[in-house]
Amino acid sequence: MASSNGSNAAIVGTGQTEFSKSSGRSELQLACEAIKAALDDAGLTPADVDGMSTFTIDNNEDVDLVRSLGVENLRFSSRVGHGGGGSVGPLAHAMAAVDSGLADVVVCWRAMNERSEYRFGASKMSAVGGAPGAGTGFIEWSLPFGSASPAAWTAVQAQRYMHRYGVTNEDFGHVSVQLRKYASTNPNAWFYERPITLEDHQASRWIVEPIFRLLDCTQESDGGVAVVVTSLERARDLKQPPVRILHATQAVPFEFETVTNYYHEDLCSFDAGIACSRELYRRTGLGPRDIQVGMLYDHFTIAIYWHLEANGFCKQGEAADFVKDGHIAIDGTLPVSPNGGHIGEAYIHGMNNIAEAVRQVRGTAVNQVAAVENVLVSAGTSGAILSRAS
Amino acid sequence: MSDATPAVQRPAPHGSRDSAFFWEGCRRGVLMGQRCADCGAWRHPPRPMCPHCQSVEREEVELSGRATLYSWAKPVHPPLPMFEPGYLIALVDLEEGQRMLSNLCDVSPEAIEIGMPLEVFFVETAEGGAVHQFRPRQAS
Ligand SMILES: [Zn+2]
Repeated sequence: MASSNGSNAAIVGTGQTEFSKSSGRSELQLACEAIKAALDDAGLTPADVDGMSTFTIDNNEDVDLVRSLGVENLRFSSRVGHGGGGSVGPLAHAMAAVDSGLADVVVCWRAMNERSEYRFGASKMSAVGGAPGAGTGFIEWSLPFGSASPAAWTAVQAQRYMHRYGVTNEDFGHVSVQLRKYASTNPNAWFYERPITLEDHQASRWIVEPIFRLLDCTQESDGGVAVVVTSLERARDLKQPPVRILHATQAVPFEFETVTNYYHEDLCSFDAGIACSRELYRRTGLGPRDIQVGMLYDHFTIAIYWHLEANGFCKQGEAADFVKDGHIAIDGTLPVSPNGGHIGEAYIHGMNNIAEAVRQVRGTAVNQVAAVENVLVSAGTSGAILSRAS
Repeated sequence: MSDATPAVQRPAPHGSRDSAFFWEGCRRGVLMGQRCADCGAWRHPPRPMCPHCQSVEREEVELSGRATLYSWAKPVHPPLPMFEPGYLIALVDLEEGQRMLSNLCDVSPEAIEIGMPLEVFFVETAEGGAVHQFRPRQAS
């Protein structure tokens, strides 16, 4: 059972496929490979798995995974909405399942061919929303105006922030440069050994003027990532040092909308991120200064600002300077996404950032931050603090 | 809008049971808003229950069509066949308090000021639909 000060669930394994632009195999195979790798990492087998959780937008069905992997019986299975913003939600579900006894070993995954099979960042051409639960109801209010891509949806929020705080597109460039610098020394990153300069950023073409250039946008990737969650008690007998899920939470604040989150009063205030951050700090008793690494969901460069401010790493409106002054670098006050994040490593919708959080806590990351006790993973409508098990 | 009509028409809005009145208003050239019939609170996008008093009684009311510019952007890539290059998207705050996405027309990006006064007008879409648009308004 959960103690009053945090959960007793832990991540005991991570696994991933290669990150590419064309995996050459099915999304189901990517999911199977990532989950098998995560179980191998933990020293567990598919027969140990009795719980699963993923995204509503993941195309893989639990039944197909059960019969491909050889799982004996799932006692718990769930899906979380809100796209990538909800990416830490499966971890929250896994934690709750393990803490409550609904399941003993839960795998969380995200696996897709978003580049080679469909263009995730492409413009949507139909004003009809997707399946229930897919979080596409907002399409009704954006597509008829030619706001049809993730870049366009996010740009109007970004523009208001730029207007309020006098931030320019060149400021955003410092985020890209840092994330690509991290990726350049991460052999698993798509942009391994390919750093960029601020000039490269400024020379990249406009996607949405005068807000996002190409190098402000995350990439599209093929690949799969999985993690395995079990109890801290069981974790002691497994291969890896456990990484405790101190707490994980979801947030859907009033007037929130998935992707086109336009309806709360002040769009410079990241309502969902703030709600997650408050809950994480309240439940764990920690604060921003107790966090050594931030894994922040970077679908666009400016999102790093929003997460930095929402989680209290800098004050509202000060994130551009915080980044420019080097605070998110490896030797900064809060290294951010040392794997290169989505922009540099791969865009597995937050799951690869969770895997990096685990490596940072274990001390096995390629761009390892010194003396990591707590990593905060912030995706928007979900977040977690992962910690060393004492 | 200019005279150069794109070969492919702008996609029609597809409303739900709760939002049909809004798009039907656009087809009549009227900007409609939804208001709680019990506490009077406006809301957008439309929804069946008032989040302030939980009443399902609602009124569909013609709005003034006056707004101010909250934010804007110019999508460049990829080009969409049904929109003229250079089109602008905008978030506007209506005089009645709701915020909505639309297009900003009849103004060059250099002349845009956040907070500028706007007024509504309407354009046709594919499938006989219509949507609201905004353009600069002389402040009164
Ligand atoms: Zn009411």
